[in-house]
Amino acid sequence: MRSKRFEKLAERPINRETFIKPWPEVGLIALDSPLDPSPSLKIEAGVVIEMDGVRREEFDLLDHFIARHALNLDVAERVMNRPSHEIARMLVDINVPRAAILELASGCTPAKLVDIVQQMNVLEMMMGLAKMRARRTPANQAHVTNRKENPALLAADAAEAALRGFAEIETTVGVTRYAPLNALAILVGSQTGRGGVLTQCAVEEATNLRLGFKGLTSYSETLSVYGTEDTYVDGDDTPWSKAFLGAAYASRGVKTRYTSGTGAAALMGHSEGKSMLYLEARCLLVTRGAGSQGTQNGSISCIALPESLPGGVRTVLAENLIAMMLGLEVASGNDALASHSEMRKSAKLMLQFIPGTDFITSGYGAIPRYDNMFGGGNFDVTELDDWYVLQRDMQVDGGLVPVREEEVLRVRERGARAIQAVFDAFGFPPIAEAEIETAITAYNSEDIPDRDKVADIQAAQRLLDGPLTAIEVVKVLQEAGFHDVAANVLEMQRQRVIGDYLQPSAIFGDNFQVLSVLTDPNDYQGPGTGYRVEGKRWSVLQNLPQAWDPRTYLESLGDVEDGTWLEEIGSAEQGDQPEVVVALGPAFGVEIDHTIGGLDHRDVLSAMLQGIHDEGVPARVVRIHHTSDCAFIGHAGAQLSGSGIAIGIQSKGTTVIHQRNLAPLENLELFPQAPNLDLDTYRQIGRNAARYAMGKPTAPVPVRIDNTARLRLIVQTTLMHLRETQQIERDRPPSELHVLRE
Amino acid sequence: MPNNTVHTASGRTLDELDIEAIRAGELTAKDFCISGETLHRQADAAEAAGYWQLAENLRRAAELAGISNQEVLDIYNALRPSRSTYDELITLADRLENDLHAPLTAAFVREAAEVYQERGILRNSYETISSEACSCR
Repeated sequence: MRSKRFEKLAERPINRETFIKPWPEVGLIALDSPLDPSPSLKIEAGVVIEMDGVRREEFDLLDHFIARHALNLDVAERVMNRPSHEIARMLVDINVPRAAILELASGCTPAKLVDIVQQMNVLEMMMGLAKMRARRTPANQAHVTNRKENPALLAADAAEAALRGFAEIETTVGVTRYAPLNALAILVGSQTGRGGVLTQCAVEEATNLRLGFKGLTSYSETLSVYGTEDTYVDGDDTPWSKAFLGAAYASRGVKTRYTSGTGAAALMGHSEGKSMLYLEARCLLVTRGAGSQGTQNGSISCIALPESLPGGVRTVLAENLIAMMLGLEVASGNDALASHSEMRKSAKLMLQFIPGTDFITSGYGAIPRYDNMFGGGNFDVTELDDWYVLQRDMQVDGGLVPVREEEVLRVRERGARAIQAVFDAFGFPPIAEAEIETAITAYNSEDIPDRDKVADIQAAQRLLDGPLTAIEVVKVLQEAGFHDVAANVLEMQRQRVIGDYLQPSAIFGDNFQVLSVLTDPNDYQGPGTGYRVEGKRWSVLQNLPQAWDPRTYLESLGDVEDGTWLEEIGSAEQGDQPEVVVALGPAFGVEIDHTIGGLDHRDVLSAMLQGIHDEGVPARVVRIHHTSDCAFIGHAGAQLSGSGIAIGIQSKGTTVIHQRNLAPLENLELFPQAPNLDLDTYRQIGRNAARYAMGKPTAPVPVRIDNTARLRLIVQTTLMHLRETQQIERDRPPSELHVLRE
Repeated sequence: MPNNTVHTASGRTLDELDIEAIRAGELTAKDFCISGETLHRQADAAEAAGYWQLAENLRRAAELAGISNQEVLDIYNALRPSRSTYDELITLADRLENDLHAPLTAAFVREAAEVYQERGILRNSYETISSEACSCR
């Protein structure tokens, strides 16, 4: 037997995911593996001789590195002896400042860090994020890539992403050899949209470093670290080679951030039976020990693996928190496709979005998913408005600012033309006018003409191997008349010389102002402290292009000066004949001339009168002045009706059939969904009222049910009702109306 | 960091790094290299804020600021797993210390050599260097 409901459930997107039971021995366990060690630390003569149950003789690469570089031995013994729940409580205690936690965490072994966060539920971890995030001002990072590696489209997309407020933009390649051109395109594009956006091109380390040397990129987050020795070596690195690489980037004024995340070691088959969170804690201590200012973590490309396991999403939040406890800048995931279910994706996002992180996503697709060369991306350009609305709903800063279409088109064109000028000056394969034109308005790279890939790759190789650098880019931009873009690219080079953005959590705010732990430290300590969305920023975030001024709607309702089709002929009298009274709301046909469903009031009234007449019953029309409430309008009409039956109707079209002896809020039939009522329904309402007046057995009027009507139209309903309510004259008795035919 | 105190690796002040000088061909990429001195000052700032490992990293970076791109890439590759013998790493460390004025990096490489040896991720002297390791230009 099959339940139809279970069949429906089975078809839901959530059931396209894979859910498994934990298997600790192979690392398929999010946290708390039976093979995870208990926290321990033994120090002799300033040397760590045992850590998390492993003696120095058995240390692997990571243990050695952590013991030598990551732990602050001055506080380690004190912290390790302190109960984990005490530290966990300090994390959510608003009276304990961030600095106090940083000091304690600096002496924690991986197992101790895990033990602390395991005491916390997700809400407490979110509190921890709000306090421990390094930078006060949250930000966001974009992905800009396309399948055709088209430079005009890359530049246009980077320009748009910069305009939308992304603080960092990363690109990557389908074909590795394109990397120099892609790096160049997003550099030029980003500096067209907003000066100070940091850019990177994610490729193999050696190439990446060379792009940084040339000033074509300003940050790098490709420095992967892994939680076990075997995965590290499989990744063709060691903690020492990676730390050296970090220093190499810094030596050229390039910001770096390591990357790691739960699930990687299990995926690569070398988990040693440890939980994902424990291995990630090791990664994070290696990251800190290497002197990285930050990390991209939150499972990243492995996200679906922890999500297949119980507690996976909590674990991913826990890894963000551990990174922040270590003082690291955190680009907190939400970048790789995390779910088929929109509900699950959004719920997961909220764990970082609400408390705020240094980068809420470590790559939001500022392009369609089709063109996302980072494996598709979790969110894409079609979901930007959802993001804006969430910011506005919760008064949360997700790092993006609403933009106007004309402004987007302007910066896209300028970005595309700027890269065209650079290609031209460098003698690279020309960017055709058709590429520019399509790049401005493109949805994705299918809208763009193809380029000569061989020639582009040759140009890319020349750029990488030859003498050209960002300085020549500045020069040719200036000479081609792109003075503002040239100035911004130049300023990025000057900032490399200054090096202030090598400090933790650095981004550039307006006018290249560095926001980092040194200049903009998170000072959250409970309500009224820390980063608040207020003042000018709140005005910007709430001012969506889609938001309209409700005052204009009231004006559009029509001040029906020719409302003379309803002639008032004195006070309404008590009837004594069989009849149906049609009681109109105070604004009906006067201040308002149509229902919420767009029906002309004349047609609505005619339909009801026609229905009454069809049953051979006389009708009388009155206007109620003392109330705008549908039930009371109907009830007042019923008191006047000779039969005791009345139809009450508000201007927005909500209708009731009332009877004199009923209480005001009772009724014979109520039609609350005015948008779903058509003229046939109003005629049927008239007929039924007439039948009630004659005491005939009557079946209720069938009505169409559309449960989205309220969602769609509640604002308009409110405004119409407001207008009607403004017409109330409390002390005025009902008027008798004469309906003039045209 | 105040602009008037920053000098590039080539000894220029920030004020000299302007668009006119670029157009006149007076500046090259070398004039936009961060100096070891600046990196040391950034290291001090990081240390004062409690980021002592970042400070160490920036001090190693200060040493690398004066080393050519190619040499930096070569050192990186030498530190990757199974690329170097123990002796090669020690030789590299000596060179860093004595010729390239990079004692912190030298100590770091020596430490790596010891750990690599203990963990068995050195290249055995009988192995040839893989072509991949040589591919770096």
